[in-house]
Amino acid sequence: MSIHKQKNFRMLAVALLAMGATMSAAQADDDRDERYGWRLGEKSAGKYGGENRGKPLQPAQTNAKFQKECSDCHIAYAPGLLPAESWRKVMAGLDKHFGSDASLDAQDNKEITAFLVNNASNRWSAPTAPLRISETAWFKRKHDGHEISPAVWKNPLVKSPANCAACHPRADRGDFNEHDIRLPK
Amino acid sequence: MFRIFYKLGLVFVAVAGLAAQPAFAETPNEILASIQKEAAGTPGFSAARGESFFKAKHGGEWSCASCHTENPAALGKHAKTGKVIDPLAPSANAERFTSPKKVDKWFKRNCNDVLSRACTPQEKGDVLAYLLTVKK
Repeated sequence: MSIHKQKNFRMLAVALLAMGATMSAAQADDDRDERYGWRLGEKSAGKYGGENRGKPLQPAQTNAKFQKECSDCHIAYAPGLLPAESWRKVMAGLDKHFGSDASLDAQDNKEITAFLVNNASNRWSAPTAPLRISETAWFKRKHDGHEISPAVWKNPLVKSPANCAACHPRADRGDFNEHDIRLPK
Repeated sequence: MFRIFYKLGLVFVAVAGLAAQPAFAETPNEILASIQKEAAGTPGFSAARGESFFKAKHGGEWSCASCHTENPAALGKHAKTGKVIDPLAPSANAERFTSPKKVDKWFKRNCNDVLSRACTPQEKGDVLAYLLTVKK
């Protein structure tokens, strides 16, 4: 092999390696769980027994009212984190919203409910509709003792599993990419 | 002639600028006046009474100050989620008490959270009177 050909070959190898790394980064989030679900014979019900968050989590066309009204007390949780029926229940019970009155007027409630329902998880096949994102099977699996040490939850900077942004810096944009996770010290 | 067009242009820009504001924008004093109308027949508002109302618990777990802190001109913090809350006193936050819709929404929510009932116009007026005395 001439020196010139060797150089080309090396460049090709580097390019292929880079492609591989990018692809595995993009899929890292899901590969392991796909295997995990399959091993447990969950293939027919879908991942996490059918309690799976949607993709994408945040639609390209967002809703200004949703963004504003749902981020006063916490981040505006991406609609894809729960199934449509969960959002209907949440929005019907805003006057008693996890211990606070978060009621909206009828018109705003209607508009935001429609947005959430239309963009809810598209991979949820279970007949369940939990009110808390942290009660879903996908959430529990992703945040179990194997993934997250109990000490992390005790950190006052984390405070509660509802505080996504403590570790997921782009959570308010519906971006929970594993590679961006920063555990607060 | 050109000058007249120029002036007309300026007027147009000014009017368009005003129109771009939300139609319902009011000042805190206008909002206080409309609460006053609802509270007709009561002896009037007291900033001192508003302050003790703001800082006291009313049978529940929280006071207004639980989230807005003892100093309403400072940043607050949601008692449950920890999310930062912008200052409540108009002297420290010009957006406060400028939208009747927002004022109604938050009095309804927060009175329910703190008192487990709606606030009376008297209570709302006292609190706003107090907030208007808080200096930055």
